[in-house]
Amino acid sequence: MSQEELRVKSFSSPGDQGSFVQGVKDCIPTLLGYLSIGFAAGVLEKTAGLSIMEITLLSVLLYAGSAQFIAAGMIAAGSSATAIVITIFFVNLRHILLSAALSPYFRHLTAFKNMLVGSLLTDETFGVAINEAAKKKQLNEKWMHGLNLTAYLNWIFANIAGAYFGQWISNPEKLGLDFALPAMFIGLLVLAIVSRKKIRLDVIVAICAVVIAVGVTIVYPGNMGVIIATVVASTIGMVIDKWK
Amino acid sequence: MEVRWDVFLIIVGSALVTFLPRVVPLMVLSRMELPEWGIRWLNYVPISVMAALVGQELFVNDGQLTSLWTNVELLAAIPTVLVAIKTRSLLGTVVAGMISIMILRYLL
Repeated sequence: MSQEELRVKSFSSPGDQGSFVQGVKDCIPTLLGYLSIGFAAGVLEKTAGLSIMEITLLSVLLYAGSAQFIAAGMIAAGSSATAIVITIFFVNLRHILLSAALSPYFRHLTAFKNMLVGSLLTDETFGVAINEAAKKKQLNEKWMHGLNLTAYLNWIFANIAGAYFGQWISNPEKLGLDFALPAMFIGLLVLAIVSRKKIRLDVIVAICAVVIAVGVTIVYPGNMGVIIATVVASTIGMVIDKWK
Repeated sequence: MEVRWDVFLIIVGSALVTFLPRVVPLMVLSRMELPEWGIRWLNYVPISVMAALVGQELFVNDGQLTSLWTNVELLAAIPTVLVAIKTRSLLGTVVAGMISIMILRYLL
């Protein structure tokens, strides 16, 4: 976008009284996603043996779809707390990129207000916000809170609804629910690869990660495999990318 | 309706390691920038971690390599990948995976 356009468009942006409400409205297109994935997460968490209170706490404090799927799967498998926390750290490390990409649009806020903006950041709210940012020089804080809070409340509601529904499911394997977790990873992996134009390198990195993860897990059972594979394969990607 | 102590620790620990990457860049990057190699490395983390998790789910069972010929999960992964590429919908992919495994378990 040219400087000229930027200047014209920034007139209409900050300080609108209705921005919070506008943020709420701008969240609506993503709600079906939150409600359905949240519901699935709730069912899975319940069938993994978590109580409704634990599920509520998980969606209020952690508030991250893939991480909640992993927490449920690993708790059910009896993994150690350390392994679960480290795995989730790597899964959610991508938020650094989202948060960094939004930072230029919130330079007008204090560090504390930026913390509030970032604390409810997700892939979907990032998607909406970065689209909005393409039209403006800075993003409105209230608008962002409207967007974030709408997504957050719907997510918590969907998790609890899924948890209540999950109580009636006695045999999760019969419904293929045990495959929801690998299917979600497959979905996130494929979506990450097709959304950028580095398919060949991404596929090489993915294959390295699979081989390392499987190899290490067979030698040292547990979750070290995923952690080592993530660090080594990302480094391979970084080096090849640089070197080309 | 209880909260077990060990589950509580897992929830709080995961919440903390999720909170930091969400807020720290927004809080500090108005003053400094990430080094280029750091951004490049972070760019590959989502692919690596998801691929590693997929690999572990599909190829390892109880610490053993799953036999390729009796691996129903691996078979179900094929339509799941195709649906993911075709629809680019996370929910669609999860549903396709669950339906695929249900059908395969019924047939095999």
